[in-house]
Amino acid sequence: MAEIPAAKTSLAECEMPGTFEAMESGAIPAGSTTESMRDTGHDHHGTIPEVTVTMRINGRPERLQVDTRVTLLDALRDRLALTGTKKGCDQGACGACTVLVDGKRVLSCLTLAAQCEGREVATIEGLAGHGTRHPVQEAFIRHDAFQCGYCTPGQIMSAVALLAEGRAGSDEDIRVFMSGNVCRCGAYRNIVAAIREVAGRTEA
Amino acid sequence: MLPFEYIRATDPAQAVATVAVDPAADYLAGGTTQVDLMLKDGIISPQRLVDITRLPLKWITADTTAIRVGTTTTMEELAADPTVSERLPFVRDALLDSASPQLRNMATIGGNLLQRTRCGYFRDPTVEACNKRRPGTGCAAMTGHARMHAILGGSQNCIALHGSDLAVPLVALDTIVHILGPGGVRRVPLTEFYLEPGDTPHIENVLAHGELITEIEIPLLPEDTRSVYLKVRERAAAAFALTSAGVAVVLEAGVIRAARMGLGGVGTVPWRAWDAEDVLRDAPATGETFRAAAEAAVRDPFTMPGTAFKVELAKRTLVPALHTVTGGTP
Repeated sequence: MAEIPAAKTSLAECEMPGTFEAMESGAIPAGSTTESMRDTGHDHHGTIPEVTVTMRINGRPERLQVDTRVTLLDALRDRLALTGTKKGCDQGACGACTVLVDGKRVLSCLTLAAQCEGREVATIEGLAGHGTRHPVQEAFIRHDAFQCGYCTPGQIMSAVALLAEGRAGSDEDIRVFMSGNVCRCGAYRNIVAAIREVAGRTEA
Repeated sequence: MLPFEYIRATDPAQAVATVAVDPAADYLAGGTTQVDLMLKDGIISPQRLVDITRLPLKWITADTTAIRVGTTTTMEELAADPTVSERLPFVRDALLDSASPQLRNMATIGGNLLQRTRCGYFRDPTVEACNKRRPGTGCAAMTGHARMHAILGGSQNCIALHGSDLAVPLVALDTIVHILGPGGVRRVPLTEFYLEPGDTPHIENVLAHGELITEIEIPLLPEDTRSVYLKVRERAAAAFALTSAGVAVVLEAGVIRAARMGLGGVGTVPWRAWDAEDVLRDAPATGETFRAAAEAAVRDPFTMPGTAFKVELAKRTLVPALHTVTGGTP
């Protein structure tokens, strides 16, 4: 995505009607505000709609004011410097941007940051404890489950979720339920082996 | 991509009122189609997005006649429902054969039904000719590369495929779509919900601007019904169907007493194979019957050189699906 110019004024400051706060209070008169919002949308006045989002990221509360177009992926990487989450295809096909939202694995490239209000986001940075790697991280190292490493944060977050979902019962299940994570180096055999080990199985 | 206003809706009627009066407004649910087409492809550019994911429209309830599913229920949530697994296994299998776990955690049931086509020309803003995007400009697939396109329900104006797996068993089950509009609620059978392109490929379904799917109602089949979803694709997972078949039958002493059949990967709309069902009903469950049903299912296709293979592939999908569904425990 192209770089988005920073807005000069916040939503609240320019008293734009129809913000989500107004919507939640039930105060928004649906039809009457449309024109002014559209002007804003067209950027006639140098203002681009923004939204304030409060979420917990790896257990820590974060409050961000972002252009409504900003994805969770870009918010993590560009605003919070959490660059462990990777941008691969940026179109929902590769899984490199996988994070957990409220414990479920999702694609941060197709999630708007605005949609994460009140959510709990977990990224690769929050996985390890103090001085101790997560068992899936340990297993990926032990089994040499990566080469270039670019897809690895997404693979690991997806694997953590897969184990929690109870879908590591067979190698076949691991392959099917890890299918949203593409590895161009082709480390699949070792990825399956790493997950199998954490699942407590010794053979396929 | 143009800027847009983001509104988090908390009340369905108010969400509908907001979108209905504003031609530049649209709904946002899981975002797997909407965000993709807006941010990445630049195909659509609503100026106001009403996020419906916080609306109280997430539920799965079942009684003796039907399963009712709130529109913002995710694909993973529906796939995990015990009644779906027990009574409609081909719905569960169609869900789990779709996309990836990450996308299924995001994508909603209403959004799945309303997903836009994967036609490469539709999704490429540099392509001029697309009747679906810009009525009257032509169809680039007619002279270009057609492969993942429809062979049924198409016309010279458009052969864009409807890519949903879920809609295949749902259309076979006579699912009812509940729609909330500015004037109230209406119910439309899924078999009448989608519109074939004809001369108006840009109109894909019966929804008026601002109307919102609130729930789907999936009628249950008799308990002795067996069902199968068989999907053929170019890799084992995370791929759209080349062809697929969702079939449900009631078998009685080797005779098919009732049959439902939907086809995926072949239609401009999720395809109900009415003619094939007629062939199957009260016929013996034999290979001969299955082949006759398969012939009826893809009669009079509209093919391009790149899509002609789907006629035979659809038959070769349907016949084994029927063998499986009649041969033993589904």
